[in-house]
Amino acid sequence: MITDAVVELSRWQFAVTTLYHFLFVPLTIGLSVLLAIMESTYVLTGREIYKDMTQFWGKLFGINFALGVTTGLTMEFQFGMNWSYFSHYVGDVFGAPLAIEGLMAFFMESTFVGLFFFGWDKLSKGQHLIVTWLVALGSNLSALWILVANGWMQHPVGAEFNYETMRMEVTSFAALLFNPAAQVKFVHTVAAGYTTASAFVLAISAYYMLKGRDSAFSQRSYTIAAGFGFAAVLSVIVLGDESGYTDGEVQKAKLAAIEAEWHTVEAPAAFTVIGFPDQAAMKTHYAIKIPWVLGLIGTRSIDTPIIGLTEILENNNKHIHNGIKAYGLLQQLRDGNKDKALISEFESVKNELGYGLLLKRYTENVVDATDEQIALAVKNSIPHVAPLFWTFRVMVGSGFIMLIVFTIAVIASSIRKCRKDWILKLSLYTVPLPWIACETGWFVAEFGRQPWSIAEVLPTFLSTSSLTKWDIILSLSGYILFYTVFLVIEMFLMLKYIKLGPSSLHKRRYHFEVDQRG
Amino acid sequence: MIFDYETLRIIWWAFLGFLIIGFAIMGGYDLGVGILLPFLGKNDDERRVILNAIGSTWEGNQVWFVMAGGALFAAWPTVYAVTFSSFYFALLLALFALFLRPLGFDYRSKVATPLWRENWDRALFVGGFVPSLVLGIAFGNLLKGIPFYFESSDMRIIYSGTFWGLLNPFALLAGLLSLSMFTMHGAIYLQIKTIDSINWRAKKAVLIFTMSTLVLFALAGLWIVNLNGYHITSEVLTNGASNPLSKFVKREPGLWLDNYGHLPSLWAVPVTTFISAIIALVLSRADKPGSAFVFSSITIASIILTAGCSMFPFLMPSSLSLNSSLKVWDASSSIKTLNVMFWATVIFLPLIIIYTSWVFRVLRGKVTVEHVRKNNHTLY
Ligand code: HDD
Ligand code: HEM
Ligand code: HEM
Repeated sequence: MITDAVVELSRWQFAVTTLYHFLFVPLTIGLSVLLAIMESTYVLTGREIYKDMTQFWGKLFGINFALGVTTGLTMEFQFGMNWSYFSHYVGDVFGAPLAIEGLMAFFMESTFVGLFFFGWDKLSKGQHLIVTWLVALGSNLSALWILVANGWMQHPVGAEFNYETMRMEVTSFAALLFNPAAQVKFVHTVAAGYTTASAFVLAISAYYMLKGRDSAFSQRSYTIAAGFGFAAVLSVIVLGDESGYTDGEVQKAKLAAIEAEWHTVEAPAAFTVIGFPDQAAMKTHYAIKIPWVLGLIGTRSIDTPIIGLTEILENNNKHIHNGIKAYGLLQQLRDGNKDKALISEFESVKNELGYGLLLKRYTENVVDATDEQIALAVKNSIPHVAPLFWTFRVMVGSGFIMLIVFTIAVIASSIRKCRKDWILKLSLYTVPLPWIACETGWFVAEFGRQPWSIAEVLPTFLSTSSLTKWDIILSLSGYILFYTVFLVIEMFLMLKYIKLGPSSLHKRRYHFEVDQRG
Repeated sequence: MIFDYETLRIIWWAFLGFLIIGFAIMGGYDLGVGILLPFLGKNDDERRVILNAIGSTWEGNQVWFVMAGGALFAAWPTVYAVTFSSFYFALLLALFALFLRPLGFDYRSKVATPLWRENWDRALFVGGFVPSLVLGIAFGNLLKGIPFYFESSDMRIIYSGTFWGLLNPFALLAGLLSLSMFTMHGAIYLQIKTIDSINWRAKKAVLIFTMSTLVLFALAGLWIVNLNGYHITSEVLTNGASNPLSKFVKREPGLWLDNYGHLPSLWAVPVTTFISAIIALVLSRADKPGSAFVFSSITIASIILTAGCSMFPFLMPSSLSLNSSLKVWDASSSIKTLNVMFWATVIFLPLIIIYTSWVFRVLRGKVTVEHVRKNNHTLY
């Protein structure tokens, strides 16, 4: 029997381990590309300083990469360990992109990363450059495939339920790959990675400039980071808007929850900038609204209404009743009744089977569910609004602040006179923002999908393994313990090497190694 | 589609075997080197030599492990779900130990204090020792059968064993076997990559661990004769839907030898283990570690294949509800997924092998104390 505690703990464990994994992922994705750009500049211009830049930022990349790999191992195993019903139920669809990620991306990334660090003397310039680009390509491809998998959870296309095997099976791989939800996710997430790495390099370079250290080195790094970061953050915002639009098409409940859109209003809907969502009363207190904007984002038109939560709940009520019927028919099929009419009747309602499964949280016997149980399932068929409302605004707010910072940084790096201390300080203190935006972004994406782990197919509640509460308390404590220790060690090394700066390369031409020349 | 469902299932059984063997050969020597690190490296310089012997390639090798997991998920989702949730604490233990490796390699030499380095050396030992042992224990338990069943028609997976139940004598023997074979393999690799004192110590380790591998393998073989094996008693639908509840299974001592009875040529597989291990040992004594490595790889492959051939077509027998056992014919992905993944594998696996070989060629040659000292700041 699955208990609420097991489900809650499993979710916590997944959230903790993925959010932790995603502290390192965006930096790997973005920094690998920045390294490739720096090294390309070195190969094109032949100037040693760009090689030093590649090697120094490469050292920081390595420190980060190690933890990215460590925490990725957890992820690969966790689906089977903690979400075994999920793995059985959708593995036919979901496992494929994960395996292709390994074949296409992880092997490339990890095989060449060793050569990136240890191949400087063993390869020609051109060969080493290719290796660096392959590392970057590998990490970006890995993002592509994992997001195809995740996009399918948000918007499960190209698959259908098979009653004989009691699971989802692929009908079209093309649909899986060209899933609009996966596409927008990929570009938004990768651009978020580029933004993260740019903000990282920008901040550390600004720190050296503030200290008056290694100016040639830090100014060049600053300029590259500013330019790349500006383009990246602009893309993140444009592509984030695209995510909102896709949500409007395929994940209406998520969009409505993000926007605290309680009722369907006449198009075009207004955008609530800020306010206090109140789920019990189904209204937002003290809302400040901008007319029209939400309608434009969500539907790209001025006359299509955005569906509100009340209407979504009403629809879900109908879906759940159909789901009960589907579940009842499924039971007969599983009991061995192979009647043709029964099969075709099941086929006609099976797309709503997932809604029937929602009731499993409240009763073992879905078909005999009482009205109260159904009402409860309907009520909990949409995500909690307030956390989504707020985290979304934190992400968007961080995005716009970063846009301003990068704009100023681009100006400062092209006009010498503008290189003021306050600009450098601003560049330095912006550094947590991309991480905040990435973590809140994932929260929006995943929490907004609740109560489903596979939207409208498999409830989160059912997805777990049959473990006990104590099993998960033990494993979760283990993860937290290890991860905390690792983070402390990682930060210690990062800070140590950031303080050393390029002198850690022992090239005998940097701060701490030569007289202060600025 | 050029293959029917039955053929694809057999191909995927073979691919999974290939990936597991790939991991055991590539990742196996890295684990072995981790285990040998504190014993073969008497001071910091020597330990750095040992670490740098695998320093630039262990990362790619580890992906074989990730890949075996990923392929299991894609091609045998139910097996992935049942094994990983049943072996919960065993896997957790292996995972926590594996965590120590990326960090150990990457972080150890970034700080020079002895305390820091000695602790990472211990961590790297644990990171090699624990996973080697646990993986063998897991295999041993697969052969014994696992106490799980599918609940009602929803197919929920229920595991009713405990962590301690996994530590039964046969499984422990299998654990020691895998520990010993990875250590043997790691020692041979170090013999290739090093000179002088480390090389001599590695050569001695090869002797010890090749012998123990042979003895443990022979013991496991004798044990299997009396171990409960599994056999399908109902008609087998090799092309049917993957429904593990549609068959009958019996269990009796010695059934794992059934396949060898039907197909006597299979005996070649375990026999190969003995022959190639002895050749590997002879070559190692004759200071030809490169060729010895080839034969220890064959030894490892044939040990794993022996287990696979004994169990076929079972992937994961259930000791609690015999009929819930998972087999090649009833636990696979749909034909469509197997087919697409087949093409992905035939395209990418050769590419991987080609570029991995290139990387190994670039990085060939011995690692010496002088070399490590000269590149103090760029090496591990
Ligand atoms: C958007 C990108 C992204 C996302 C959403 C995830 N990962 Fe990740 N993962 C990467 C991007 C990445 C990466 C950039 O490729 C990493 C991060 C740092 C690194 O070293 O490689 C990586 C490393 C990494 C590794 C180690 C690979 C190796 O040995 O080289 C594994 C096994 C996973 N991940 C598995 C997962 C799973 C199962 C996820 C699903 C929950 C997941 N990752 C989410
Ligand atoms: C690395 C980026 C990711 C982050 C930061 C992230 C974050 C989260 C969070 C916060 C939750 C908990 C939601 C909740 O229970 O309320 C969650 C759940 C989950 N996520 Fe993600 N996620 C990420 C990537 C993925 C990917 C790529 C997949 C699948 C390929 C995935 C699959 C799941 C599953 C199976 C659950 C558990 C079921 C659930 O609670 O919905 N996640 N994730
Ligand atoms: C400023 C405008 C932004 C908008 C309008 C926006 C919009 C969105 C939306 C709607 C989602 C949910 C997608 C879904 O689940 O369907 C999302 C997710 C996410 N956002 Fe943003 N975002 C913005 C800025 C940023 C910034 C600046 C970052 C990081 C640097 C970021 C990182 C993420 C990440 C990592 C996710 C989760 C992955 C995904 O679902 O794509 N976002 N964003």
